[in-house]
Amino acid sequence: MIDAYATELGDILWRSLQVSGVAVVVSSLVGIPIGVWLGSTRFRGRSFLSVLIQTGMALPPVVVGLLVYLLLSRSGPFGGLGWLFTVQAMIIAQVVLTLPFVVGITMTSIAAVPPDLFLQVRSLGASPWQARWTVLREARSGVVLALATALGRSFSEVGAVLMVGGNIERHTRVLTTAIMLETSRGRFGLALALGAILMALALAANIAIFRLHGRPAP
Amino acid sequence: MSEEAILRLRGVTHLYGSACVLRVSELDIFAGEIVCVLGPTGAGKSTLLRLLSGLEPPSSGEILAFGQRPEYRALPLSEQRRVTMVFQHPLLLTGSVRYNVEYGLRLRRQRNSRQVVDRILERLGLLSLSSRLVRTLSCGQRQLVALARALIVEPEILLLDEPTANLDPASVALVESVIAGENQTRGMTVIWATHHLFQARRVAHRTGLILNGEVVEMGTTKLFFESPINPRTAAFVQGEMVY
Repeated sequence: MIDAYATELGDILWRSLQVSGVAVVVSSLVGIPIGVWLGSTRFRGRSFLSVLIQTGMALPPVVVGLLVYLLLSRSGPFGGLGWLFTVQAMIIAQVVLTLPFVVGITMTSIAAVPPDLFLQVRSLGASPWQARWTVLREARSGVVLALATALGRSFSEVGAVLMVGGNIERHTRVLTTAIMLETSRGRFGLALALGAILMALALAANIAIFRLHGRPAP
Repeated sequence: MSEEAILRLRGVTHLYGSACVLRVSELDIFAGEIVCVLGPTGAGKSTLLRLLSGLEPPSSGEILAFGQRPEYRALPLSEQRRVTMVFQHPLLLTGSVRYNVEYGLRLRRQRNSRQVVDRILERLGLLSLSSRLVRTLSCGQRQLVALARALIVEPEILLLDEPTANLDPASVALVESVIAGENQTRGMTVIWATHHLFQARRVAHRTGLILNGEVVEMGTTKLFFESPINPRTAAFVQGEMVY
């Protein structure tokens, strides 16, 4: 009995890490370059785009869940993929929810770096890519904050992943949806224990991120 | 010094918005010379250096560095790296003095740079500060670090925008002697913007005066100070208000 619980808990824990981890990696790979570009470039419509990104940070998870559900449902444009009620659908929903945070916070932190730095490092012989990397390094506090925020949002998400994942045992159940389930069953002790695990996970991930960021300066 | 002009400006004007901030009808800089550009604050010295460095294209006219347009978009990286600039307000990178000074070498993938960095740090009196974080340095020390990180990449042309503005007299003398040394040993060409008349007299082969965005006069330092052609230059070198 205890073995079965432990196996199930391990399974839920691994899936939670998988969904949140992949979602944050995808958001970072897409969002950091966009944030760098938006933070270092001036063009018509940039302010409007910034407002859209800020709005994206306040996207209600159930709305995102609904949209992803409609896109992936059998009659939707991507229904043929058969991803509804799978981990892939949960990752997509998480990416949509975390991407605005990564883009927005990266953009703000890049914009806070003095614009002349790019030119100064160019004059020292940096290629455009080396110069952008240097600017990103100078803005790394903001980028780390973006990753931590995205991870926090991802770990704590429940509405969207429940809608597109379905909380299916041994298939799409993650810590947050398991907490909901156990609460609805009146098993508050178990729900609280799962909550504590979730908090510990978030704490460990944030400590790892900030330790990486806080390495002694070269 | 060589008779070959490595920087040529012809009919250059530069606008910020609708305001014309620089007008240079003709100016040649020759390989291996130190040219000081004098002028009051806001005269256009920094703009001239930015155009020469290729960081900005001129609004009109032609600038040629080593026979090519210096704008970064028009030049391969290896050509861009022949010119380096020290800015009036240098922005250092988060990290130690050593990290900043070896930055240019890292960009060029040069390994085993420790001794090279130590040498330049020692020449500029910064060796004891090598592991200090730059945010703990004074303005003058930061300016020396900016100079060290520019010199370490051994540019053929070095553009200096008021590099001694925050330095004490001993450090000013040190910087002048290091720059003069690089000029003599490597033939490094230097264009040095300053508003210190005596500094120009001490270091420059040729000296020019910019007033209101216009190069009023350019000549050998001796003639510039002792027999200026333009009355405004004469007034300027005599310490009169000409702007």
